[in-house]
Amino acid sequence: MNIVVCVKQVPDTGSERTLRPADSTVDREGTDALINVLDEYAIEEGLRLAEAHGGEVTILSMGPARASESIRKALSMGADKAVHIVDDGLAGSDAPATSEAIAAALGRIEFDLVILGSESTDARMGVLAAMLAERLGLPQMSLASEVEVDGQVIRIHRQADYGYDKVEASLPAVVSVVEKINEPRYPSFKGIMAAKKKPVETLSLADLGIDPARVGLAASGTEVVSFAKRPPRQGGTIIKDDGDGGEKAAEFLAAQKFI
Amino acid sequence: MAEILVLAEHSGETVKKVTCELLTLARRFGEPAVAWAGPGAEAARDRLAEFGAARVYVAAGPEFDDYVVAPKAELLASLVAAASPAAVLVASTPEGKEVAARLAVRTGSGMITDAVGIGEGLVAELSIFGGAIVVHSRVTSGTPIICVRPNAITPEAAPGAAEIVPAGTEISDAAKGARVTERVVQEGGERPELAEASIVVSGGRGMGNAENFAMIEKLADTLGAAVGASRAATDAGWYPHQFQVGQTGKTVSPQLYIAIGISGAIQHRAGMQTSKTIMVVNKDAEAPIFELADFGVVGDLFSVVPQLIDGIQQRSAG
Repeated sequence: MNIVVCVKQVPDTGSERTLRPADSTVDREGTDALINVLDEYAIEEGLRLAEAHGGEVTILSMGPARASESIRKALSMGADKAVHIVDDGLAGSDAPATSEAIAAALGRIEFDLVILGSESTDARMGVLAAMLAERLGLPQMSLASEVEVDGQVIRIHRQADYGYDKVEASLPAVVSVVEKINEPRYPSFKGIMAAKKKPVETLSLADLGIDPARVGLAASGTEVVSFAKRPPRQGGTIIKDDGDGGEKAAEFLAAQKFI
Repeated sequence: MAEILVLAEHSGETVKKVTCELLTLARRFGEPAVAWAGPGAEAARDRLAEFGAARVYVAAGPEFDDYVVAPKAELLASLVAAASPAAVLVASTPEGKEVAARLAVRTGSGMITDAVGIGEGLVAELSIFGGAIVVHSRVTSGTPIICVRPNAITPEAAPGAAEIVPAGTEISDAAKGARVTERVVQEGGERPELAEASIVVSGGRGMGNAENFAMIEKLADTLGAAVGASRAATDAGWYPHQFQVGQTGKTVSPQLYIAIGISGAIQHRAGMQTSKTIMVVNKDAEAPIFELADFGVVGDLFSVVPQLIDGIQQRSAG
């Protein structure tokens, strides 16, 4: 069973993240860049399924040259090879354009499963799996907290507000995973050494046959009108509990008409 | 006046509150129309009329419950083609965003998620990077698709005709790839859903163990609130993972958020920072969560919270 895991490099959530005043895109200069944390769960799930059923795991990432660091990390966890979509023309692409480029790359790879993290920690839209399923005409097996493959059938638990849905589909399919699904492994020293020799294919827009006018910031279907740092909350009342803290809290709730 | 199409969130006959919120918002920009996927529209009609729906497009087939997301996107796409709405509003829930995603691809439209408000010119307001940056953004191509967070605005009644219009959509086989075989409802079902709740009470590392979450549940039930938990608490196995609020869990934006024994790491703040009013109980006066607090108590939660529960019960009884 051949598996593609989509990986995105994102700014470290622990650093102070902002947008660039010039074009309102994510400022990637001043921050450390890491694998999107939810993608590590996707990689882990891909590795586990490949270990159980055989087959290769291919990492697929779209991003600037620097994203190769995150691709190496994914390879060091145990993936077999990688495809890196890298083209200056892609900078500032919105989600539909991103999904178009990734879908085009997937069209060149033989796979049974595509696995993604359910969202990225920078944009937090949670839409890519649905967009890929739509573009590729494949079953959308998203928000999975459990994945099981049995021959040509895949079954997941799809997380919902009330609990979960059991969902079934035929392969190939697009899967997105939530954090609950597993515990991602750390790369071993051996894995880190081996990753340096694993093949990484780079693909440009021309390679993918995508018209540059369809992607990038200029083609984005949304525009940022303005952005600003959230002003700190004003007028918060902080009290020290002197035996009546709970009562004071109840008074506050009553004054705010919550009770 | 152009239509603003609202995808109804419902469980059978019961309209979810977020749909009333979206209708209230839709009225500012055009004529609100509802897209109703699945059974129950007749019973829900009064409620939709109360909040100003001019029309209710109904596709009552079982496909919407039986298959994941794609049938709803197909229904919306056919309504967009037929009625050319000025915008489509969807609840910014995990599933709502997925429906919007497929619709955006189908219609070649731009989309915005996690809006907490919409202003003139359909400019959406949203918070990014864990709430640190406030962005105003608008859709510039196709039919604007905007996902709005539950509790972003207060629903206001204003009568509408809620004329039922059958939407005779034939759902394609391509949309029937992922089949729901069973719906599993887990504990917590009696409380309001986390994403929808007007009040959320969350516990964190300071709770110390799973048993102590009974206190969080009691406080929540006293207020008719949903229960949440920080990642530290769900990772420790003290509370089920589906209730995690934060960057890797659920995002909530209630009227009132009460954080008990939660320090307020970015991981957690990203999931609750747009809450309207925030109350904090934590023994560490230096905890970053106090930066967000409208009201904070520095103290031992095991004495503050029981007293708070008593105080609420006394006032509610009176």
